[in-house]
Amino acid sequence: MSSSERNEIGLEASPSEQGQGAGARPARRQEGAPPVLEVSGLSSAYRSQAVLREVSFEAPQGELIAIVGPNGAGKSTLIKTILGLNPSLGGSVRAFGRPVAEVRGRIGYVPQRESVDWDFPTHALDVVMMGRYGRLGWFRRPGRKEKAIAMECLRGVGMEAFAERQISQLSGGQQQRIFLARALAQEADLYFMDEPFAGVDAATEKAIVELLRRLRSEGKTVIVVHHDLATVPDYFDSVLLLNVSLQAFGPTAETFTQENLQRTYGGRMAFAAAAASPSAAESGSAAAAPLRAAEPASASAKGAEA
Amino acid sequence: MNGLWNSFSALASDPNLRWIALGCMLLGLSSGMIGCFAYLRRQSLMGDTIAHTALPGICVAFLLSGTKSLPLFMLGAVAAGIVGTLAIRIITARSRIKPDAAMGIVLSSFFGVGIVLLTMIQHSGDGSQSGLDKFLFGQAASMIGSDVQLMAGVSVVLAAACTLLFKEFKLLSFDPAFAKGAGFPVSVLDFILQALFVTAVVAGIQAVGVVLVAALLITPAVSARFWTERLGRMLALSGLFGMVSGLLGAWISSQVSQLPTGPVSVLAAAALFLVSVVFGTKRGLLTARLTRREARRRLLLHAAEAASSASASSSTSAKEAG
Repeated sequence: MSSSERNEIGLEASPSEQGQGAGARPARRQEGAPPVLEVSGLSSAYRSQAVLREVSFEAPQGELIAIVGPNGAGKSTLIKTILGLNPSLGGSVRAFGRPVAEVRGRIGYVPQRESVDWDFPTHALDVVMMGRYGRLGWFRRPGRKEKAIAMECLRGVGMEAFAERQISQLSGGQQQRIFLARALAQEADLYFMDEPFAGVDAATEKAIVELLRRLRSEGKTVIVVHHDLATVPDYFDSVLLLNVSLQAFGPTAETFTQENLQRTYGGRMAFAAAAASPSAAESGSAAAAPLRAAEPASASAKGAEA
Repeated sequence: MNGLWNSFSALASDPNLRWIALGCMLLGLSSGMIGCFAYLRRQSLMGDTIAHTALPGICVAFLLSGTKSLPLFMLGAVAAGIVGTLAIRIITARSRIKPDAAMGIVLSSFFGVGIVLLTMIQHSGDGSQSGLDKFLFGQAASMIGSDVQLMAGVSVVLAAACTLLFKEFKLLSFDPAFAKGAGFPVSVLDFILQALFVTAVVAGIQAVGVVLVAALLITPAVSARFWTERLGRMLALSGLFGMVSGLLGAWISSQVSQLPTGPVSVLAAAALFLVSVVFGTKRGLLTARLTRREARRRLLLHAAEAASSASASSSTSAKEAG
């Protein structure tokens, strides 16, 4: 692998747009270029319950995009259905203008940390090397070259000192970084990340944000399921508000509005408040709950959502 | 000691015994390797279920053919084993029944059918049926050359498949969603692994029997986990434990009359498990205790250092600490 190729995956590039809110920079939209991801009319169900209803959007290239919505809104289901990990009930997905199955080599995926057994007999470097398996093809074992790439990716998330560490002996934030490094090793152009910020400490969160910005500066597109409303304007260029059906999608500055958030979270929260305390609902304090959710800058929005 | 050695050399020189020992060792090797994946995928009880579901397959194969032929029995057992696994999969996918309950239902109902058929066959008065009940507990010692060769051949194929598809099975066991996202045909891989697993169970039934064969798949794998934190080494160790168990089973049973080879192999595997639980270098009880003691010693040392440095400023506090 040449050094220019390595630069392409962004490991040696310096974070260029650090500290700049997405609202301050204009969204890069290239007219005419095929969208990186084209989702139309995507639906999914669990038993008889609709989990996704007719979701359509087009993701532009080179942006950090947040998927935001209340619990059970189908955020994880959306990216799993796009990736074909979940059966869809209808609709179509095209990435780089082609069906997803044909371009898997250009798509990276970071599952939720809880989705695997961290007691598995393996070490950090080995997990990162799994990011290379798709490119190796059948039967071939990873060799020196794959090891070097994986090590580079570990360095990219600041975990090179833990390469030989058994994965159960890593902290939650470190495990998350390992998963990100594994996705880096995939050398993809489009990334899906399922709650990478869940349960990590401030230092790891900062490292992840730097990594996301580095990927963006390389022209990669990253779609992130995100929970913390307070940080959305800071971290993301575009936001997709989801509650079973698509509520709003567009540049964060225009889309992340009180009105849209109220629509996404509102009904559910009023219902939750009424169910939890009927007397409060009668006295009218339940009406205050949706308003809290509609203040994305306040830290209480995160708690109210739960 | 001389007697021991003589008995061991008899194992190597007697052609029949040699075949049985070799067959049991290869069976232990392949079962141990495949068992690692089953254990890590939390399908430890799958082996037991498949073994029990195989019994009606053996009986039906006998009823249809009317002859006692091991390859036919194995075919019937594999078919029934696959039907059993599919039944579990359908039950868990289409209803809210959890895998453990589904396994319990499938295991007991298939085994029930198997026992009913076996009893019918035994009372039918057909002379050639004798020996079918041997599949319950196995009888490696009475296996003829061609049976052992079949078992050994199947075992070699299984071990080779595990080696060849090591990377794929590892990813499938650790993170199937990621594997699918990376473009691996996860359902095909899953089917291949299940089929290998069913084959391993069926290959072991003749030697160890329906009731005990699962032990050869799981015990070496669990034992190996106590010694290593790497999957490759775990597979190698588990295979080694399986081989040693098979060898011990063949050897001990050849020395003591009336001792069955399969169950003795299982006991040998259990003994290795006990040793691993206590002395395993990564997770053994002894290691854990030593690590804890070392940690406590360091903590006390640290506290003592802190106390002595405090005594430099105040001699009275040093007396209390001492």
